[in-house]
Amino acid sequence: MKAVYLTRSLYPIAGTAAIIVLWQLYVDLFEVSVVVLPSPFKVLLAMIEEWRLLLSESWVTLLECVYGFALAVGLGIPIAVAVTSSRILNLTFYPILIASQSVPKVAIAPIILVWFGLGIESKLVIAFLVAFFPIVVDTATGLRATPPGLLDLARSLKTSPLQTFIKIRFPAALPFIFSGAKVAVTLAVIGAVIGEFVGADSGLGNLLLTANSQLDGALAWAALVWLSVLGILLFALVVIAERLLMPWGIEGSQH
Amino acid sequence: MNELAVQMAEPETMIPADSEPFGRFENVQMVFERSRQDPLVAIEDISFDIDAGQLISLLGPSGCGKTTFLRIAAGLTRATGGVVRIRGVDVTKPQDDFGFVFQSPNLMPWRNVLDNVLFPMEVKRRRNAAAKARAAELLELVGLAGFEKVRPAELSGGMQQRAALCRALIHEPSLLLMDEPFGALDELTRMEMNDLLLEIRQVTGATTLFVTHSISEAIYLSDRVVVFSKRPANIADLLEIDMVYPRSAELRYVPEFTEFEHRASIALGISR
Repeated sequence: MKAVYLTRSLYPIAGTAAIIVLWQLYVDLFEVSVVVLPSPFKVLLAMIEEWRLLLSESWVTLLECVYGFALAVGLGIPIAVAVTSSRILNLTFYPILIASQSVPKVAIAPIILVWFGLGIESKLVIAFLVAFFPIVVDTATGLRATPPGLLDLARSLKTSPLQTFIKIRFPAALPFIFSGAKVAVTLAVIGAVIGEFVGADSGLGNLLLTANSQLDGALAWAALVWLSVLGILLFALVVIAERLLMPWGIEGSQH
Repeated sequence: MNELAVQMAEPETMIPADSEPFGRFENVQMVFERSRQDPLVAIEDISFDIDAGQLISLLGPSGCGKTTFLRIAAGLTRATGGVVRIRGVDVTKPQDDFGFVFQSPNLMPWRNVLDNVLFPMEVKRRRNAAAKARAAELLELVGLAGFEKVRPAELSGGMQQRAALCRALIHEPSLLLMDEPFGALDELTRMEMNDLLLEIRQVTGATTLFVTHSISEAIYLSDRVVVFSKRPANIADLLEIDMVYPRSAELRYVPEFTEFEHRASIALGISR
């Protein structure tokens, strides 16, 4: 099976290599200014020269994303459980939740900054705010989507509500929870970067803006590449967690 | 296997000879209220008795109320009228000593076969060494020995249903209720499963209520066949199948069998 993955990954690698080659040719042929679009070669140089800076800034952004995501999961799942367990809680909080999502996070980012300052906390909060909703909604959906046959089985055995939740409803909801987690982790990165754009003293987003304003196109793009890698890495971690915690799901999904 | 038989025999000796039968259904009625429509009378009046150790089939066309009746017997649904008494208990909710086999296996995909079979014991907090031993015996009996660590997704429908059967028997139920368990299987597999069920009955002696829409299946398996009329359900006929056990496939082709089939199809309104 590993051989299949290797040969399959050759395709996107080849595609990316082709894009990079075309990119380099374009910049050379049309003599594009380094501020507008640096060549891949220059971006690579910047990544090598400034690797220490990129690493330290990545670490900051990584913490913001991870903490924000962890908070979204740590609060989101219990809230989803509460909302699906109690009709009163459901009627009270679900509409508020939906309404809160219509507020664009970009718009409230400056307010968050005023509240939490320029440091890592404010970015963490924004990352949390964007990651929270997918987790809650997908977890709630999953908890409500328990196969009725299994609930029938539980009833026929006089299973207590708590036993039914732990042994049946929660495991049955895991595919939904991971679905939400994958979306949430991607959004957490976006949230952290938005926070850094609005106001920060560190992080890859901040570095990107700073390099841009100093007309250092290569460094800006280097920061962008590292941001993408960060996002892909976090997503991959969620996928790995899914494979570990849901070994039975592998038969159904191919990717 | 002998242990299975011995433990199943005990409940029968506990009932004194001249008391109530193992199970009694008296004027069972089920009416469903519907919004903006007349109430739906699913079951009008069903009354019959069950003796311990019998296999009783409930035979009828789709939608006639036999599944509803089975669920009432299991305590999953409450009848709107009448009495269900099993082993001296008025059944209005699920019972500890009943085992239910559904139309689809309802196995948990995240558990392997053994953990699925042991689930009832887990719920009853009796998942001990004795339970594991019984699970192993049951799995062997149905031909799934060696599949303990396999997940349901890797099993065929028939194998999954066999695992579900083990799960229904793991806690040594005094009454086994089966809702068209073999309906989704092809005919050949179904015939195999029929023989398997007869074998299990021989070993465990479990009293069984079996819902089916197959005339031949009902007659092949049962001591008695309760033929349901169309909705609203009443008993159209009650066949005492006095053919001896153990039964085997050739029985399906003897004249006596065909006569029973004929009687059943007359009761169902299919032929005259």
